Amino acid sequence: MMRHISPPTRIMLVFLVVLLTLALKAGIDPTRLAGDALRKLGMSAVLVLSLVPMMRAGMGLNFGMPIGVSAGLLGMCLSMNARLTGAAGFAAALGGAVAVGSLFGYVYGRILNVAKGREEVAGVFLGYAFLPLMSVFWTLAPFSNRKMLYPVGGQGLRPRIGLDPFFAGVLDKGFDLTVGGVAVPLGLLLFAGVLLALVALFYATATGKTFSVVGENERYARILGISVEGRRIASALLSTVLAAVGICVYAQSYGFAELYESASVMTFPAVCALLVGGASRWRAGAANALLGVAIYQTMYLLSTPVANAYLASETTELFRMVVTNGVILYAFLRR
Amino acid sequence: MPFFGDRPAGGPPPAVSVSERGASEGNGGAHGGGNAGARAGGSAAGRAGAWLATHPMPLLFLVLCAVGIRLAGLSLPFVAEEVLTRLCRDTVLALALILPITAGMGLNFALPVGAMAAQGGLLIATCAGLSGDAAVGTALAVALPLSALLGALIGMVLNRVKGREMIVSIVIGLLGSNLYQLLCLGVPGRLIAVANPSVLLSKGSGLRNSVDLEFFRHILRDVGHVTVGGVSFSLGSLMVVFLFAAAVHWLLRSRFGLHARAVADDRDRAALCGIVPDRVRLQAMVLSTVLGACGQLIYIQDLSILNVYTGHLLSDIFAAAALLAGGATLRSATVGQAVLGVLLFHTLFVVSPMAGQNTLSNAAIGEYCRSFIAYGVIALAILLNRRKEGMSA
Repeated sequence: MMRHISPPTRIMLVFLVVLLTLALKAGIDPTRLAGDALRKLGMSAVLVLSLVPMMRAGMGLNFGMPIGVSAGLLGMCLSMNARLTGAAGFAAALGGAVAVGSLFGYVYGRILNVAKGREEVAGVFLGYAFLPLMSVFWTLAPFSNRKMLYPVGGQGLRPRIGLDPFFAGVLDKGFDLTVGGVAVPLGLLLFAGVLLALVALFYATATGKTFSVVGENERYARILGISVEGRRIASALLSTVLAAVGICVYAQSYGFAELYESASVMTFPAVCALLVGGASRWRAGAANALLGVAIYQTMYLLSTPVANAYLASETTELFRMVVTNGVILYAFLRR
Repeated sequence: MPFFGDRPAGGPPPAVSVSERGASEGNGGAHGGGNAGARAGGSAAGRAGAWLATHPMPLLFLVLCAVGIRLAGLSLPFVAEEVLTRLCRDTVLALALILPITAGMGLNFALPVGAMAAQGGLLIATCAGLSGDAAVGTALAVALPLSALLGALIGMVLNRVKGREMIVSIVIGLLGSNLYQLLCLGVPGRLIAVANPSVLLSKGSGLRNSVDLEFFRHILRDVGHVTVGGVSFSLGSLMVVFLFAAAVHWLLRSRFGLHARAVADDRDRAALCGIVPDRVRLQAMVLSTVLGACGQLIYIQDLSILNVYTGHLLSDIFAAAALLAGGATLRSATVGQAVLGVLLFHTLFVVSPMAGQNTLSNAAIGEYCRSFIAYGVIALAILLNRRKEGMSA
């Protein structure tokens, strides 16, 4: 049985058990922990899921995720600028995110077709190069809602926009449920679950399988008459759109939309989570995303109380980053 | 943004690009001194113009620099002095990237690891409470072997991931940075007592964000400080940079350089000739990391303050962007390109905030533009490199 679990998953599970033991020893309330873990899972699941389409199409890990995240942030800003609130605001944000994400994703896919075989490193720098362009946009774009702008000067969006007056917690608070003392954010989990299921279903259809063939054997795909370039562009588009939706889900739960450089901080944790879920070049699906995000986010959650109890508290974030980057490096070495 | 499809590939230029060449020569005329006629005569300026016409990246940067200087409205002696300072600071870091490129490993984004070894050496000397030559000697004695060791480690890792060295080196750089920061925060004052408590945070453990290095302040910069025409610079620093440049140039011409090129060209054929590809790649990585450490030491003595947690970050990005601005590609890089690239890239770096301030009354815009240029240049080089390979295959 253990042989079927990929080594990154195994290592992380062991680590998680150790953390859990330490946390319980330190006297952490397990029901509260379970509730928080479920919320963190729902928050990040779509972002991790967004890596799957490109991985499937043989384009590797999407290190260009900041492009999709920027699209999502733009969708949210458009919705907020129209002063929409509640469910309507969130729906408008999602609509904007999908529209902008499709555009960005199409162009991103076209560019990545030039960098075939080096999509990962190209994605890193396309993402990093795109962020300053977005920063110029955030600074100069004619947004007019004062709640989004810098308090002084009246021009330029602030780096951290509070979503409370708009659509913070729309998914979380809508259908909260308490099961055996555990607060279950049902709306959030349902939303993420539906998207996960849709992606899983898509790859089970005949059309979806043609995408997988492109990733598995490009020459065979060409013989079958599948447009490899077209499928790759579509995969980049899908990844970008899902990342855009993912950041909307994340932000409504977190309560803030963070612009400028913050759009890049999601990438490596999401990549690590997918790898922890057992994804590899040959096998990546919604199930890997779900398993990975569950393990990774629980680890993330547990590390704070454990580090507070046993280590210097200021080292927590660094420990997490060591684990994140260590898992990614390990996965590269095994491939 | 001009997109130069097939121009850098060399070979006979198609008819279209001849007219483009003429146009670009006109653009560069302000700098080249208007010497279209002198090209055939083979004067230095004419040759430079002809070289620029076949190397779009330096040409683009030259144009950007000219525009930037114009918009910033800074005086030329000021810009010259700033750029000379940065030439002394940053050239060796750019030189450090040349050897892995020559060995076919692409840009070495694990360069911060070498920089961290340098900072580690300096921090150990400071924490031990040393001063004067003893401190400098200790710092060097720690930094250089440590960087060689770490370079060998990185080389071994990269030998296991052939074909994806660049993305893995990015992850190595990040992981190394996390571990280094963890050590700086967790070890001094807690696990190891420190002889010089002034470097610690007020709570008694962990290093401060910035540490003043009295023993290391301007040890090269103050050697042979001269002022020529209102521009003051250090002959000592320039001399050291020149020595490093000469050393790398010599390495490229040596047997090692030959082997590295053979390995980059075709690993299997190189192996048939009795070269051990993995060893050559490892050596390239060791040399690159040691040069990275030397470069960071030169950088820090010039700055005289060590930013403990952030000083090494982005050293790889700046070095790579500068090298590529000088016309290097992911397959070939020379010492001349490194020097030219540092001059061009850092000119742009000096003028862009003021240019942004003057045109859009927002200095941040200039800074966004320059980070776009730094990352964009690297992204472009990665895209173009792949296309060229695809054509030859």
